[in-house]
Amino acid sequence: MASITIRGVKKNYAKTQVVHGVDLDFPSGEFVVILGPSGCGKSTLLRMIAGLEEISDGEIAIDGTVVNKLEPRERGCAMVFQNYALYPHMSVSQNIGYSLKVAGVPSAERQQRIQAVARTLELEHLLDRKPMALSGGQRQRVAMGRAMIREPKVFLFDEPLSNLDAKLRVQMRSEIRKLHRRLNATSVFVTHDQVEAMTLADRLVVMNGGRVEQVGTPGEIYTRPASRFVATFVGAPAMNILEGTVELDGLSLLGGSRRLAMARTGLPVGTKVAMGIRPEAVRLVAPGTAGALYATVDLVEELGAGRVIYVDLDGAPFSVMTSEAVHPEPGSQVGLKISPDDMHFFSSETGARLDVFKASVPEPAL
Amino acid sequence: MEKRVTFGKWTIGILFAVPQLLLIFTFFYWPAGQAVYWSLTLQQPWGGGNIWVGLDNFRSILSNADYWNSINASLVFAGVSTGLAMFIALVLAALTDRQLAGSRLYRVVLIWPYGIAAPALALAFRFILAPEAGFMAVVNQIWPGFWDPGLDGADAMASIIVAFSWKYVGYNFIFFLAAFQAIPRSLIEAAAMDGSGVIRRFWDIQFPLITPTIFFLLVINITESFQDSFGIVDIMTSGGPANATNLMVYKIYSDGFKGLDYSGAAAQSIILMLLIVVLTIFQFRFIERRVHYR
Repeated sequence: MASITIRGVKKNYAKTQVVHGVDLDFPSGEFVVILGPSGCGKSTLLRMIAGLEEISDGEIAIDGTVVNKLEPRERGCAMVFQNYALYPHMSVSQNIGYSLKVAGVPSAERQQRIQAVARTLELEHLLDRKPMALSGGQRQRVAMGRAMIREPKVFLFDEPLSNLDAKLRVQMRSEIRKLHRRLNATSVFVTHDQVEAMTLADRLVVMNGGRVEQVGTPGEIYTRPASRFVATFVGAPAMNILEGTVELDGLSLLGGSRRLAMARTGLPVGTKVAMGIRPEAVRLVAPGTAGALYATVDLVEELGAGRVIYVDLDGAPFSVMTSEAVHPEPGSQVGLKISPDDMHFFSSETGARLDVFKASVPEPAL
Repeated sequence: MEKRVTFGKWTIGILFAVPQLLLIFTFFYWPAGQAVYWSLTLQQPWGGGNIWVGLDNFRSILSNADYWNSINASLVFAGVSTGLAMFIALVLAALTDRQLAGSRLYRVVLIWPYGIAAPALALAFRFILAPEAGFMAVVNQIWPGFWDPGLDGADAMASIIVAFSWKYVGYNFIFFLAAFQAIPRSLIEAAAMDGSGVIRRFWDIQFPLITPTIFFLLVINITESFQDSFGIVDIMTSGGPANATNLMVYKIYSDGFKGLDYSGAAAQSIILMLLIVVLTIFQFRFIERRVHYR
């Protein structure tokens, strides 16, 4: 168990900077997920914690010890790689026990610990096989076993589930979660899959373009995204964004072709905003209902438990997720009811969250 | 489904194969067959027909102490030069793989020696290793009489080994480097996370994973050291002193074309061929077992 402190960490490759000063604190025993699109620097950050990548600037401390200059083996981290990185010429038990062998643990104790790990991961019957003779899920488990056997202070996961098929991914996800509950070691998990991130994380770090966009619990990230990027990146289908201008008694949307009447937003009149609304927060109503936007149905995606209805709002794409038993025909008109409480506002220029909309904002004197 | 071109008549297929078959027959099977025939006959030095003598040529060669000396010299040469060329190339490739400064330059420079014809490089080494004027003259200055390949058989053997190894280091290097680079980076990183240092990683991870390449180069180097050594021996030592460097391939030439014993030379080349075949089979049977194919 160890806490991780990251202070002003930067990473440069030759002349390009890929991580631009990251500050993070991971308390001991927490399961942290770093989420971001590919190329956002999340793997680089993880590899800097692991010691596989040099830290260009700033410092990383594990358990209060600055590890910048320490070799990977001296940091007490274990890592699970995306492609598993199993040693192809070693059997499963040799793979799992390699770190103990390097550390000079006597053979008898080594075998005992290998057995114990194999039992936890249900690998006992595979111990003599070579990695080539294993399925993807089994390889994944061996990779986990190799990390577990060292009883590390910190577990690092570099997109470990991305090579698995969908069903196996869900299964491994819950296994990782259970494992963490049992071992309670600080874990850092990097992924670009938001479902993985939401389900696994105690704390979620959303990164974009080498910067941290937001840190919070999955719930906070979902309900109060700190930026337009986070809002559209987390949640599926993605949050709808409509560009608009604040007016005295509502919002003018899509260059003025649509209006949403509402109580004052609290933002100065004339502010250019990006209004966000989650597809699952939009209600479908009969066309022509007062206070509703109308739109033309483009496509209906059936999900079984619900459906996603893609509509056209004067050329702007917009999606609605509903669990109601409505099946509008493509081409037909629908009404969209949006509650002001569900709206998110982001600055059109910076993308930052504008948090002034409150029902309690005092009404300005007319 | 693999796409295949099929011919209506089998003769068309044969016609396409004919040029290649013709080449192989003309330059391999025919001479090889001729050599077998000559080895079983006595060829007149000035022409005029062959006399069938059965295995007499083989008997006389194998009872000759000079020939056994030649086999011995060839084996020493093959063993030491292969070991040297492979070891040096392995070290260079391992260092280059670690992306040390200048590794791009080595990669280009190290393949050049292989492109140099054996006699040309032998001439260069003859000057470099000359006892009276070359690099070794400095050593002789300090320890007089230490180095003289013209008099000392061991020195002469060392000279041709150095020259041959120098050529094959480049060749081996390219293969080793490719093999190292084919190992996924994450395997090395995983080993680093597992607490393994540079040297340990090399022996535990990289070395086992390049064994297919090591095996391939072993077969090639040994085979080539029996065959490609001719030019080097001819220019540097001419088989001397006192037959110390009279390798099998050189003895075939000197007995056949200088001693005009065509039949004996033919028999020797058959023995050399068999020796290479046996060595190769041995390597495949006993060494390949230790190779990890992925």
